[in-house]
Amino acid sequence: MIAWTIYITFGGAVLLLFVPRGFARWIALLTTIAGLALGVIAFVDTPIADLAHFTTIVRVPWVPALGMNYHLALDGVSLTMVLVTGISAVSTVLFSWDVKDRQNEFFFWLLLVVGGCYGVFLSADLFLLFAFYELVIVPKYFLIAIFGSTNKEYGAMKLTLYSFFGGMFVFVGILVAYVSAGSLDLNELAQFQFSPQLQSWAFPVLFLGFAVLAGVWPLHTWAPTGHAAAPTAGSMLLAGIVMKLGSYAGLRVAMNLFPQGFQMWSKWIAVLAVIGIVYAAAVALRQRDLKFVIGYSSVSHMGFVLLGFATANALGVSGAVLQMFSHGVIAALLFAVAGRMIYRRTHTRELDALSGMNLSHALPFAAFTFVVASAASMGIPGFSGFAAEITILIGAWKTYPLAVSIAGAGMVLVAAFTLRALKQSFFGEKESTVVAVSPNWNEQQSITAPEKLGACMLMLTTLAVGTYPKLLLDRIMPAVETMRFF
Amino acid sequence: MSYLGLLKLSSPEAVVVLTALAVLSISLLAKRAASACPFVAALGLVIAIAVVLMLPRHATLFGGMVVISPLNSLFKIICLALAFFTVLLTEAEKAPRPPGEYLALILLATVGLMLLVGSEELLMIFIGLELLGLSLYVLVAFDKSDVRSAEAGLKYFLFGSTSSAFTLFGISLIYGMTGTTGLAAIAVKLVSTSVQPLLAVGIVMALVGFGFKIAAAPFHLWAPDAYQGAPVPSAALIASGSKVASFVVLGKIVLVGFAPVHGNAGWHAMVAGWSPVLAALAALSIVIGNLVALAQSNVRRLLAYSAVAHAGYTLIGFVAGTRDGFSAALFYTTVYAVTLVGAFGVVGVVRRETGGDDFSNFSGLGSRYPLLAGCMAVFMLSLAGIPPLAGFFGKFYLFSAALHGGGNQGLLWLVAFGLVGSFVSLYYYLLVLKAVFVESSIPAARPLDRLPPEIVQQGTVALLAAIVVLLGVMPNVLASRILAAIP
Repeated sequence: MIAWTIYITFGGAVLLLFVPRGFARWIALLTTIAGLALGVIAFVDTPIADLAHFTTIVRVPWVPALGMNYHLALDGVSLTMVLVTGISAVSTVLFSWDVKDRQNEFFFWLLLVVGGCYGVFLSADLFLLFAFYELVIVPKYFLIAIFGSTNKEYGAMKLTLYSFFGGMFVFVGILVAYVSAGSLDLNELAQFQFSPQLQSWAFPVLFLGFAVLAGVWPLHTWAPTGHAAAPTAGSMLLAGIVMKLGSYAGLRVAMNLFPQGFQMWSKWIAVLAVIGIVYAAAVALRQRDLKFVIGYSSVSHMGFVLLGFATANALGVSGAVLQMFSHGVIAALLFAVAGRMIYRRTHTRELDALSGMNLSHALPFAAFTFVVASAASMGIPGFSGFAAEITILIGAWKTYPLAVSIAGAGMVLVAAFTLRALKQSFFGEKESTVVAVSPNWNEQQSITAPEKLGACMLMLTTLAVGTYPKLLLDRIMPAVETMRFF
Repeated sequence: MSYLGLLKLSSPEAVVVLTALAVLSISLLAKRAASACPFVAALGLVIAIAVVLMLPRHATLFGGMVVISPLNSLFKIICLALAFFTVLLTEAEKAPRPPGEYLALILLATVGLMLLVGSEELLMIFIGLELLGLSLYVLVAFDKSDVRSAEAGLKYFLFGSTSSAFTLFGISLIYGMTGTTGLAAIAVKLVSTSVQPLLAVGIVMALVGFGFKIAAAPFHLWAPDAYQGAPVPSAALIASGSKVASFVVLGKIVLVGFAPVHGNAGWHAMVAGWSPVLAALAALSIVIGNLVALAQSNVRRLLAYSAVAHAGYTLIGFVAGTRDGFSAALFYTTVYAVTLVGAFGVVGVVRRETGGDDFSNFSGLGSRYPLLAGCMAVFMLSLAGIPPLAGFFGKFYLFSAALHGGGNQGLLWLVAFGLVGSFVSLYYYLLVLKAVFVESSIPAARPLDRLPPEIVQQGTVALLAAIVVLLGVMPNVLASRILAAIP
């Protein structure tokens, strides 16, 4: 049943090539809603006990000579990721409601990205997973290069080449795993004993390849540039789910297949993660462009995911998965405010310029949304960010106490840059010194209904998970515990 | 063996020759019916495919001069199909006049392809190479109104004849050392005798001719000019049929004939033989092809340099030296050929419409002809190895076969070359697509009579794109057939 998320999404994408212009956004909306609905149904219907193992949903021989199967499976971790994909996708379409130019094409590329993400999260065959993983790369390029803003062609190319660069290492790691074990089935591979000598070099190759997409320091620079160049929908998808492809695959493939290699390298992952958290937060503090601030905050938050992985205990890793969910929602919300609510109306994202506009009066709803998103991003209790990060830090306390204290300092920096961005963008003090509101400004440009709907959906999600994280953790924890990297 | 039996077994070739004669006579005798020539030619090729299907599964004549086996028949069909698509592309081409002669030459080149694929004996292979080569020299230089076509023809001829001389000399040395020209017999001889320096020289010289045909560096210097200057269908045939047939034969020569002197190209276990030679060629081709392609601003030159790189990837399969490696190389080269015929189809449309084939001529194609632009995206991304297109599976198959074959990941270094190469290649393929989709300026240099693409041309390109997608989603359709056909 949940396999239909993939088919519906790709089917919708193909359909978009043939329908007249006016229908495109409706088809995109219906497609993404159907995907989300399937995710929710699976969430409600599947007994929690079934989610502890990577249970096969579909398995059809694909290329028997090479042992390739079209093999999909589901467990708590992948279900969580499918849910966040659905939520981001629906809100993304809502926030792209007024795309006029080349509308069909826009939603076509967008649905390809979403479909590829569903595919990665559900694949139980290494080749299939890699195929979906690489499938996502090119649509991102077109989404940014055609529909983006600042420096779009540079940002698009940089992002695409970085992803493909990581993909190259992933390719090597997958080939080595396949050739040594003679199988592509993730469940079979997870039982196979790879020689420690092989694991010691195959793990870092594979994990770093995936981590490029997750924005690991020092290979993160594509993220802020790409996010800033992308159209709002692109940034929301990129930060919301595409970055999670890297961390999810790192967990599902690299850590699960090469547990000994992981143990050898886990402390280095922790080091990279902590540097990423602090460094990105510090850089964000100095950015003038609101989207760059959010872009760097994504890198910082993804650092927490890696830190959670590095703890190598069930609590830390589950926290990391929860953080992937939480950040998917929060990043989408932040980019929606910056890219859609603010930039579309003021045509600037420069904090200096915004601080003279006193936007909290002009756009009260946007201000409210941004306050909520910032609170969630800073890790205020009650929002999902807090639940996730505290779980990770508790997990990390057992293995890397020092990392916890440094990451704690990083959280202060996160709060600092978030508050700074919040204050300058909406609550500027320089009232009436500059009447710099764009000449295109008019009162009709208040927040539209689709935007409100999308924002409310995201806010409710982060609030729901924040107040009752058990909802997801109950499903994530057992699945993580059956993985074998402890 | 009676002549009747020979005629029966070589009936596909006979059908194609007869079609060539028919096309020539139609264009000479009935000038008005000349526009029907492409369809007659296409029909002849379809009939030939049907005749190939009716051949017996196994037959060997004259000690391997004509061999019918599942592998040979499969690739005869593939070569005929590639020629079929090439013929369809000539329909919309303005340059080749008179069309009858042009089509007859394509058909004769196709006979060369079939002889190449259908033989396991060095002399017959050489005759096939020459028949193919001579037809292609003329096809490249066919556009009398274009000086670049003449230049390309001359270059192709000079390089081709030189490398033919090398091959012939190499064959004579091999014959001198082993006393036979049949591939299977050579293999038997090589097992029992030790490898002498003269034999090694003979093997390397014989490989030079194939290095030329498949445009592997450093024998690729003709390729950019031929791809750019030749009439579009000629370039498509050089890039597709000629390459596939050459790879099939090269594979048979090295993996059957020279199997005992395979050597080893593994990183820590280099042993002299042909496989280190091919590995060096492969690595060099990947590096040169990809790096030079980065600097191109003409789509056809870019395709030429990327062809060099793809020849390098394909050779990796042979270096592995296994059945899987052979199968992967043949799958890859077939997919590549299909892709390039399609890409040249799009180039043909753009040339026809805007009078050139630089990046600037492609800009805004996406808004003018969405279908063709979409097909171009399929072709370029398949070449770059992006799923779900055939090139992605092809690369995975090749590289996994290489790792399997090398033993203890000995060929990882070659695979690394391939992966870095395809990483670099994504950049220049995206540049083409950027011109097609992102840039919206309409090309300035536009001839007075703006010719929209013809329905046949569009249909052919769309069909080829569909094949590339299909082979990517269901690679088993072709891969299992190739694997089953390899003994």
